[in-house]
Amino acid sequence: MNTSIIKEFAAIVGDDNVMSSETDRHVYSYDAAVLDSVMPALVVRPENSEALGKTVKLCNDHGLPLTVRGAGTNLSGGTIPHPGGVVVLTNGLNRILEINAEDMYAVVEPGVVTAKFAAEVAACGLFYPPDPGSQAVSTLGGNVAENAGGLRGLKYGVTKDYVMGIDFWDVNGNLIKSGSRTVKCVSGYNLTGLMVASEGTLGVFDKIILKIIPPPKASRSMMAMFNSMQAASETVAAIIAAKIVPATLEIMDNFTIRTVENFRHAGLPKNAAALLLIEVDGHPAQVADEAELVEQICKQHGATELKVARDAAERDAVWQARRDALPALAKLRPTCVLEDATVPRSKIPAMIKALDDISKKYQLTIGTFGHAGDGNLHPTILTDRRDEKEWQRVEKAIDEIFNRALELGGTLSGEHGIGLAKAKYMVLETNRGTLDYFRRMKSVLDPKGILNPGKIIG
Amino acid sequence: MADLHQLAQMFKELDDQLVSCMRCGMCQAVCPVFAQTGREADVTRGKLALLDGLAHEMLKDAAGVNDKLNRCLLCGTCQANCPSGVKIMDIFLKARAIMTGYFGLSKTKKAIFRGMLANPRLFNVLTGMGATFQGLFTKKVDDMLGSSCARFNSPLVGDRHFNTLAATPLHKIVPELDSPAGASGVKVAFFTGCVIDKVFPQVGEAALKVLEQKGVGVFLPAKQACCGIPALSSGEQATFDKLVAMNVQWFTAGSFDYLLTSCATCTATIKELWPRMFKGDPALTAAIKELAEKTMDISQFLVDVLGVKEAPAAGCGKVTYHDPCHLKNGLGITAQPRTMIKAAGGTFKEMREAGTCCGCGGSFNVAHYDLSKKIGSRKAQNIMDSGADILATSCPACMLHITDMLSHKKAGIKVKHVIELYADSLKKQG
Ligand SMILES: Cc1cc2nc3c(=O)[nH]c(=O)nc-3n(C[C@H](O)[C@H](O)[C@H](O)COP(=O)(O)OP(=O)(O)OC[C@H]3O[C@@H](n4cnc5c(N)ncnc54)[C@H](O)[C@@H]3O)c2cc1C
Ligand code: SF4
Ligand code: SF4
Ligand code: SF4
Repeated sequence: MNTSIIKEFAAIVGDDNVMSSETDRHVYSYDAAVLDSVMPALVVRPENSEALGKTVKLCNDHGLPLTVRGAGTNLSGGTIPHPGGVVVLTNGLNRILEINAEDMYAVVEPGVVTAKFAAEVAACGLFYPPDPGSQAVSTLGGNVAENAGGLRGLKYGVTKDYVMGIDFWDVNGNLIKSGSRTVKCVSGYNLTGLMVASEGTLGVFDKIILKIIPPPKASRSMMAMFNSMQAASETVAAIIAAKIVPATLEIMDNFTIRTVENFRHAGLPKNAAALLLIEVDGHPAQVADEAELVEQICKQHGATELKVARDAAERDAVWQARRDALPALAKLRPTCVLEDATVPRSKIPAMIKALDDISKKYQLTIGTFGHAGDGNLHPTILTDRRDEKEWQRVEKAIDEIFNRALELGGTLSGEHGIGLAKAKYMVLETNRGTLDYFRRMKSVLDPKGILNPGKIIG
Repeated sequence: MADLHQLAQMFKELDDQLVSCMRCGMCQAVCPVFAQTGREADVTRGKLALLDGLAHEMLKDAAGVNDKLNRCLLCGTCQANCPSGVKIMDIFLKARAIMTGYFGLSKTKKAIFRGMLANPRLFNVLTGMGATFQGLFTKKVDDMLGSSCARFNSPLVGDRHFNTLAATPLHKIVPELDSPAGASGVKVAFFTGCVIDKVFPQVGEAALKVLEQKGVGVFLPAKQACCGIPALSSGEQATFDKLVAMNVQWFTAGSFDYLLTSCATCTATIKELWPRMFKGDPALTAAIKELAEKTMDISQFLVDVLGVKEAPAAGCGKVTYHDPCHLKNGLGITAQPRTMIKAAGGTFKEMREAGTCCGCGGSFNVAHYDLSKKIGSRKAQNIMDSGADILATSCPACMLHITDMLSHKKAGIKVKHVIELYADSLKKQG
């Protein structure tokens, strides 16, 4: 990039916050998606709101593609920059501006790390439920831009259910205000809703107003094994039919169970076809009732083994099994492709069957675990990207996974976003007209097309 | 100097280890350097991506990559927490060796590694002179120490509040030992390590005293060389091999059940790196493996083997403990030193982030003192907030850096090795 433009950026963010060396640019060329990297021309790190706004405007003035980057943990290529583009880091914008316990909301800058925020909120005696697996590093800006989910989605919802308002920069450097600090707000278009899951393509978040809630007073966790996926799925359906909404309801297939057991040796039965991890929470009396009922339902539906956690240590052991799923699988082969095709809850057995067929057809190792309560599965393909032949089969398998999920009335992505990775499938889930609508909208809000080009709409 | 393509070929050998990084970015949560700078090039994922970039000839600036590679404490925290189980320390050490092969060592480092470190007698004579003429030899001693131990604080530069070289090093106080097993029926060898020998001989003395009291026989060979980590972390494989070979020769001359050190870094180096990174005479492999298996941290030995137990608080003060990275991350030793503090009668106060690196990291401390100071300053604050009067730890290199950091904050908190506290308590009882 020519030095006079670099100087203009430096004037806004300071010399130390402009990175142009080959090494500094190379490390912002990728994210957690298994995709080819693309080097940006420049990386800048604004440390305050004004600098962020001016940075956006300057990119637009020069027609430079701009990709905002939080922790770079998204799994769909959302932060892989456009060739010649500028990466804008948000980790200099990491202040929690307000936690209001009385009115139960918080105002944050986009670079605040999710787990840090949740801990601060907890220290005030309140609760921020969205807990993506990456929360120890992911940013709230990234969570909102991807509409991240987590383990608590079934009962508590996902990120979008906690976003009350967003102030964001448009390409001209105007600060656009949306939403409010109140539970109710109908002033104008719901731009907050538009920004959620926009993956940096429509505006750059400056501040986010988040809802926080009172924490549950009690919780109970348990683990149930089954001889078939079908039995496990029927149990899930029966729990919900009994009008119980567990905070968490996770499932693991046999391959994942075996892998986790080989990794941790915590005593999971390696021959179980499926495993459910369940947590109910709420008022202590209600928790006791519900836990009892869930136990009964599991038994009625053929649970071969049931472990109820009696104390914090046992509860931790239950969830350790779930936390181990991805790391244990990831260690098996060099490349790990984590998908998140999602189907209506009742279609989980059909989807698991489809995944079995696909893994046989393409001779691939696929471990599946995920959020049974909301139908969001994580088929995890274990492979080696350097093996060209196998990689071709992986690509075909991914196509087929998406096709099957859509046929079952599901969606391409429950929580990992579209980014570059899934842009080409968008038309399958929607239609031409929808994509045209997206593009028309985008062309008005971002006439030069500088905001994260290539993502979502291709 | 070889060309970039050849360099790429060398890095290609790391490819099998490099591909296992899934770029998840979880290392951002634990890397102490990244916590200060927020720069991707400072975190593991970034460094691995840079090495991958060189291997695949996507990058031309090998010197730039080398700079980034060295902005690392080699603390191992990322490896201990990596969900994908990437062998990060192996990769970093091998990469440093490749880089050194490519760029060569600096003149000073060459003189130190090949001339002095690989020649323990000369090292002793020179540091001995340094101790006598600290003022006169300022620059010289600084260069020498700054890179002679990978985790050695450079004591005489800038505004460091340093520990000076001891007037009499341990090898002068106790030249050698070969006492038979006493009441315990156990015999150990003691590996002193350079920082204890030359800066904290009192730690070595305390360890030997405790062992004597417990009826443990000790083999302390007259000659010992550095464990080799400074050479290895500067990519100086040949010197590392030479040092390991010398130590193996001198230690296998005795017979003992365990090999003890009171330096966390030495323990980790002997246990983990000697067997994995030694590329010298294959005839030594079996002996190295055996030594590595016998190696233990002093607290681990006293608690796990001799069964030392907590005692009621005996008014030796409020003590907090810093986990040296090399004990916690690689070897998982965290409970035993705490038990030792309680056995010494200390009132234990756990600090925040006890397991976070102190920021020393040897040559890192020399080359990136500002960053090292920022990381250490946070450590010092956590120590002060714990309300303790004494900071205890298990690594002399941490002791150096933490002393510097606490002294900057005028904290008035004493820094001790766990074994010193325990030896003092035996004296009081005694
Ligand atoms: C191990 C692992 C586990 C995961 N588990 C989950 C999970 O359980 N649930 C889940 O939903 N996801 C999960 N993810 C995916 C990922 O962590 C989430 O998508 C997360 O929200 C990304 O946050 P980030 O800060 O890393 O964002 P980034 O990856 O940096 O960015 C994501 C997108 O947000 C945009 N963006 C970031 N900041 C702004 C801003 N200020 N303004 C506008 N756009 C912005 C970027 O341009 C990009 O398009 C996981 C990932 C990993 C590696
Ligand atoms: S945590 Fe491990 S796998 Fe993940 S990016 Fe860091 S080094 Fe790679
Ligand atoms: S070894 Fe320590 S300093 Fe180096 S990358 Fe890993 S965590 Fe960071
Ligand atoms: S680790 Fe121990 S022996 Fe090795 S260089 Fe450092 S102090 Fe010396």
